[in-house]
Amino acid sequence: MKQPLVDHVATIPALEELPASPSAPRRMTLNMGPQHPSTHGVLRIVIELEGETIKTAIPDIGFLHTGIEKQCEFTNWAQTVTLTDRVDYLSNLANNLVYALTVEKLLQLEIPAKAQWMRVMLAEIDRLNSHLVWLGTHALDIGAMSMFFYCFREREEVLRLKEMFSGQRMMTSYIRPGGLALEPPRGWDKMVGKFIRQFPGRVDEYENLLDNNPIWKIRTQGVGYISIEDMLDLGVTGPMVRAAGIPLDVRKTEPYSSYEKFDFKVCTATENDVYARYRVRLEEMRESAKIIEQAIAGMPEGAWQANAPGVVLPDREKMKTQMESLIYHFKIVTEGYRVPVGEVFQAVESPRGEIAYYAVSDGTQKPYRLHMRTPSFGNLQALPTLLKDTLIADSIAALGSMDFVLGDTDR
Amino acid sequence: MSDTLNPSLTHPAILETKEAFGETTLIADAAQIVDLCQYLKREKKFNRLCSITAVDWNPAEPRFEVVYHLQELDPTPTTAIPVVRRLRVKIRVSGTNPEVDSVTGVWRAADWYERETFDMFGIGFRNHPNLIRILMPLDWEGYPLRKDFPTHGYKYSYKGEEAK
Repeated sequence: MKQPLVDHVATIPALEELPASPSAPRRMTLNMGPQHPSTHGVLRIVIELEGETIKTAIPDIGFLHTGIEKQCEFTNWAQTVTLTDRVDYLSNLANNLVYALTVEKLLQLEIPAKAQWMRVMLAEIDRLNSHLVWLGTHALDIGAMSMFFYCFREREEVLRLKEMFSGQRMMTSYIRPGGLALEPPRGWDKMVGKFIRQFPGRVDEYENLLDNNPIWKIRTQGVGYISIEDMLDLGVTGPMVRAAGIPLDVRKTEPYSSYEKFDFKVCTATENDVYARYRVRLEEMRESAKIIEQAIAGMPEGAWQANAPGVVLPDREKMKTQMESLIYHFKIVTEGYRVPVGEVFQAVESPRGEIAYYAVSDGTQKPYRLHMRTPSFGNLQALPTLLKDTLIADSIAALGSMDFVLGDTDR
Repeated sequence: MSDTLNPSLTHPAILETKEAFGETTLIADAAQIVDLCQYLKREKKFNRLCSITAVDWNPAEPRFEVVYHLQELDPTPTTAIPVVRRLRVKIRVSGTNPEVDSVTGVWRAADWYERETFDMFGIGFRNHPNLIRILMPLDWEGYPLRKDFPTHGYKYSYKGEEAK
């Protein structure tokens, strides 16, 4: 396929231009990334400096673009779930969940209560995982190295829980259209319960470690301010908006997967700086622990998969003894299931903000189009505004407080 | 997405209103999209733009659908859980020289989403401040998410001695 290059293709606006008058301050252009350790992935930022103050910051993304949206059009609806894992590799269960909800909305499937509660619990375990990685690496960027070891100690336990459920530590694909991939293992409630009972104590430990540290406070308080109007106009979601005082949380505003049955609060702060974002995420970890505890205590009995023979893979035992189950198994595995014509938009609160999938089905076994509205892409757009007129040393703290994942940005 | 939304939305650009799966879709006139977005934001409080994307219906004509997802939101800090409503606005764009007006003047968030749509589908956005590729390399040829763009293959692959 040959198409002419479009006229619009130009380079990034000229940054090297020197000021017109010799008395005007000289500006220096600095290239940060794509391999800078504090950009958490491959993000390149072209910064224009006046002294030590950042005057413009232009993010350059796309280094991790893997064409997931295109690949989705060539895999069937059941296979696509494995691609959604790889979008945001720190919160794959949130991606699985939003995909499953999207397909279930199109299929108009009824999901049993137990599967819904398990999903809520798993999504919250995932939130702990993501926030722990964020806290550890963010503190490491600012210079608090020991925080990293403490956070990764707990993260290891979270990953072990994910492995216990799905057999995989990261790319779980555990939440699938129609329910869960496997039956929850025997004794899961004891394992998760043991972890979650000691977890609030661990959060207190982090709080002690950081909040009693004057350097941490100086580096984070009053740094990385961005006005609420700018944030909403630029499409920022998640803890950044909540740290500015707006309780915008999809779990509360549009409850999905029976979140409305859980008692939790939306954590907000008003200072709107790096410290406030840290406080919000710390509180969210406590709230997540509470949700997980409620989920264990009140887990409904019953099936963990929907009664939808054409969509959900049949039980192994039934497959070997019943003709219909064998046929369904063969059909799902070889040609996939058909999804009715239509288009849906489903949003879920991921640890980073609002993740939403827009699926278009033309009635075949493959998605006609699957658009992923990812929180990191939306949040990163605010970077030039966030970094404007900050010191270059503060930019590391401000950058880290956004908590983006480049896989999520570039897809 | 709400059903109470429908009767209150009146604008000459709205051609059709659809309800499916509990979601509201407005099909709008492509020429008046900026005007419609301004109306939705200023008068109907659709302060958040969730995303802009496109769907390629090749070989149908008009080939592209540009899809805007909006959210109604009150931008003042509060302790109460805000009421959010979602709305989908769709416009149809021809396959030959596809171009629509940019809505970056209404929501700044449109900037990257329009660049992404341009990058992936080759739909131009008039009056966009910096319409260059965002995910693909700047000198990339073709638009990856178009239906006639191949998934496999490499432009510079070795074809063998005979091909020379």
